[in-house]
Amino acid sequence: MRQRRHTRHILSTTAALTISALALTGCGGGSGEAAPESSQGAAASEAEFEGRGPINYVSSRDASGAAQDSLDKWNAEHPDEQVTLIELPDSADQQRQQLIQNAQIESDTFSVLNLDVVWTSEFAANRWILPLPDDALPTDTMIPATVNAASYRDTLYGAPYYTDGALLYHRTDLLQAAGIDAPPGTWDEMEAACDAVLALPEAEGMSCYAGQFDKNEALTVNFTEAVASAGGAVYDDEGNPTVDTPEALAGLTQLSDAFTDGLVPSDAITYLEEQGRRAFQDGDVVFLRNWPFVYASLTATDGSSQVVDKFGISSVPGIGENPGVSTLGGRNLAVSPFTTNKATALDFIKFFTSEEESRARLDKSSRAPVYASLLEDPAVVEQRPFYPTLLESLENAQPRPKVVQYGATTTAIQEEAYAALTGEKDAEAALADMQAKLEELSAE
Amino acid sequence: MSTRTAAASRPTPDTRPPGRKKSGKRSAGEGRMAAMLLSPTLLVLALVIAYPLVSALYQSMFREQSGLDASGFVAEGEIFVGLGNYTDLFVGESGARFLNAFGNTTFFTVTTVALETVLGLCLALAMNRAFRGRSFLRASILIPWAIPTAVSGLLWRWIFQSDGIANSLIGSEILWTAEGLTAKMAVIIAEVWKTAPFIGLLVLAGMQIIPEEIYEAAKIDGAGFWRQFRSITLPLVKPTLLVAVLFRLLDALRMFDLPFVLIGPGKESVETLSMLAWDESNQLRYGSASAFAIILFLYVALVAIVFVKLLGADVAGTKEVRALRRATRTRKAKAL
Repeated sequence: MRQRRHTRHILSTTAALTISALALTGCGGGSGEAAPESSQGAAASEAEFEGRGPINYVSSRDASGAAQDSLDKWNAEHPDEQVTLIELPDSADQQRQQLIQNAQIESDTFSVLNLDVVWTSEFAANRWILPLPDDALPTDTMIPATVNAASYRDTLYGAPYYTDGALLYHRTDLLQAAGIDAPPGTWDEMEAACDAVLALPEAEGMSCYAGQFDKNEALTVNFTEAVASAGGAVYDDEGNPTVDTPEALAGLTQLSDAFTDGLVPSDAITYLEEQGRRAFQDGDVVFLRNWPFVYASLTATDGSSQVVDKFGISSVPGIGENPGVSTLGGRNLAVSPFTTNKATALDFIKFFTSEEESRARLDKSSRAPVYASLLEDPAVVEQRPFYPTLLESLENAQPRPKVVQYGATTTAIQEEAYAALTGEKDAEAALADMQAKLEELSAE
Repeated sequence: MSTRTAAASRPTPDTRPPGRKKSGKRSAGEGRMAAMLLSPTLLVLALVIAYPLVSALYQSMFREQSGLDASGFVAEGEIFVGLGNYTDLFVGESGARFLNAFGNTTFFTVTTVALETVLGLCLALAMNRAFRGRSFLRASILIPWAIPTAVSGLLWRWIFQSDGIANSLIGSEILWTAEGLTAKMAVIIAEVWKTAPFIGLLVLAGMQIIPEEIYEAAKIDGAGFWRQFRSITLPLVKPTLLVAVLFRLLDALRMFDLPFVLIGPGKESVETLSMLAWDESNQLRYGSASAFAIILFLYVALVAIVFVKLLGADVAGTKEVRALRRATRTRKAKAL
C-alpha cells in the first residue's frame, strides 16, 4: 500500500515536472487551463470536468471513521474510479502547507481537497482549486452561510461538507436559582444575569463568562463575532477593511471591558477552547462561548463533568440592540486543477456531500451537516439535541474575513485584539492600528 | 589524511614506464587521485550545504507577487528586488518584528547557555563522584535530553498552565503563557531543564579522562575541593567544555520548537529568528523567509567564528590530548 503510494508519488512528481517543462516551452498548459477566461461569476460548466479514473481524497484525520464509510460505499459502486483517502496531520497549518506545496509543484496526487472555510479565498485566488459548475450542487437546500463561505467573488469553489457555529452554554440550575427563565440574548442581559447568579451562595468564586482569548485563530473568531454582534463587520461587501467603525469599537470594547470588569476569569487571556471547557465543566464560569464539539464532554457521565443536566445552550449574545452573530467554521471539498480525473472528482464530491451521505455519517460523527433539513429532523435531533440551536446560530452566521492573504490578516487581527485585551493599547488605538495593517494587506 | 591514503594505494613507481620524470607527474596524479577519492564527499557537501545555501541566497533576492488582477486572481510570478528583502528588515513594522526576534534570539542564547553551563558542570561533578546509585542518577539526568523537544514543550505547557503544577507549587497565579517576561522565563526554564544534561554529559566525559593521580597529588599537597576544582578540573575540562558550549550556542541560536509549542507562534516576547522565517514561509513569502534564514545563518557563522577565535575552542580535539599530556607531566614532576 505504502509502496504503491510512493511509486505513484514519484510518477506524479515526474509528471508534474514534465508539465512544468511543457508550460515553460510555451504550450500554455498547466494553470492556464484552470483559469476561467472571463472575469466574475466565471463558473465552469460540467463539460469542462473531464477524465475518469482513480483519484485521491486528501483530508484531515477521519477520527470517527464516518468518511471512510462513505468512501467504501462509493468504491463499491465505482470499481474503475476508486477513491483513496490520504490523511494529513492534525494541525491545520501543516495541512494547509502540504496542500499548497502540492499545488505549487502542480502534482496530481491530491485530487479532491478538504479545505477549511477560511482557506477558500486563498486557494481560489491562486487557482489552486477549480470553480464548480453552477448547478452541480443543491445549494438552495444548504444553509446559505455555508454556501457563501465556499464561494470566492460570487463563484462557488467548494462543496460545503460540514459546518460549525458558536453556541453560548449556560448553567440552567444557577439561572433558575436566581429566578431567570430564559438565557440572555445580549451581553447586557448576560451581565445582569451574572450579577444575580454570582450573588447566590452556591455561585461563590465563580466568574461570569469565558471565551477564547489567547493569541490564536480562536481570538480572530471571538473578535469577529464581537464586531458582528455589535452590528459591524471586519470587511465590507467590497472587501475593504472596516474595523475603524463605531460598531467595531463597541464590539472590541465589550471584550476588553469583560477583562477590566472581571467578567471573565483572571486567567482568561490564556484560554483556548479546552481551558474554557474545563472551567465551565468544573463549575468555574456561568456562561461559556464555545463550539458544539464540547457538548459531548459536558454531558459525559463518567464523573468528569460537574454540569451534566445542569446546562443549556443558546445563540451567542448580541451587543447593544443587535442580535448575536456567530462566526462560521467547517470544511469544504474542492477539486484540484492538476488532477487528471476531474469528472470523477466532481462526481465524488457531489456524492460525498449529498444529503443522503451526510445523514448516513451522522451515526458516527457529530459534525453538523450543511443541510438545514437534517439539523431540524426530529430523529436526528433526538441524537444531537444541540442541532436546532446551532441552526439558529448558523442562520445568522458570518464567515471570517474572506481575504486571499488570510494568514497575514488573521495575524494582524490577533496582534491588535490581544493588545487591547491585555490593556497594552486602548481599544480605539488597537482598532486604528488594525485598520492600517488590514488596509496595507488588501492594497498589496 | 585521505591524501596520505591515496598516496599509499598508488602503484609503486617501478611499474611505470622508464624514462619519465617522476616527481612532477606523481604529485599531479596524486592530486587528481585525491580529488577523485574526495569527490563523493565534496559532492554530498555541495548538495546538502552549498546548494541550499546558494538557492536560499538566490530566492532571497525575489519577492512574490501578491496583487490581485481584476477578476480576483493572484498575479503569478516573482519580481527581482535585489537586496530589497534585506533592507526591509530594518524599517517599519516588519523591521520592528525582526529586531525583536533578533533580540529574543540573542537573549535566549546568552541566558540559557550561561545557566546550562553552570548547571551542566554541577551535574557532571555530581555524576563523576563514586556513590551508591550513581548509575541511576546518570540515567535520570539524561532523561530530559532524551525527550523530543516538542514533547517536552507540551509537558512544560501543562506545567505552566494557569491552573498547572507550577502555579499550584508556588501558590500564585502567574500567566506564564501570556505575553511578557514570564513567557520568556518559562522558555528559559524549560530549555535549561532540557539541555543542561547535554553539557553535563559532555563535561563528564572530559572529567573521566583526568587521571586520578593528579587529584591524589593535590590532596597530598593539601588542596581542598574548591582548589582542586579551580586548578585541576576546570582547566583540564576546559577544552571539552568549550566545545559543548559552542554546540549549545549554535543550537540555541536556531531555537524554534520549544517556544513554538510552549508559548505559541506569533507571541512577540518569545519569537525567535527561526520562528519568524517559518512564519514568513508559511505566508508564502519565500523571498523574505530566505532573507531571514540567510541572516540567521550569517549570525550563527559569526558567533561560531568569534567563539573559536577568541576562546580557542578546539573542535577537532587535538589540543585536548596535548594539554592533558602536558598537565600530567607537570603534575607528576611536581608530585615527585
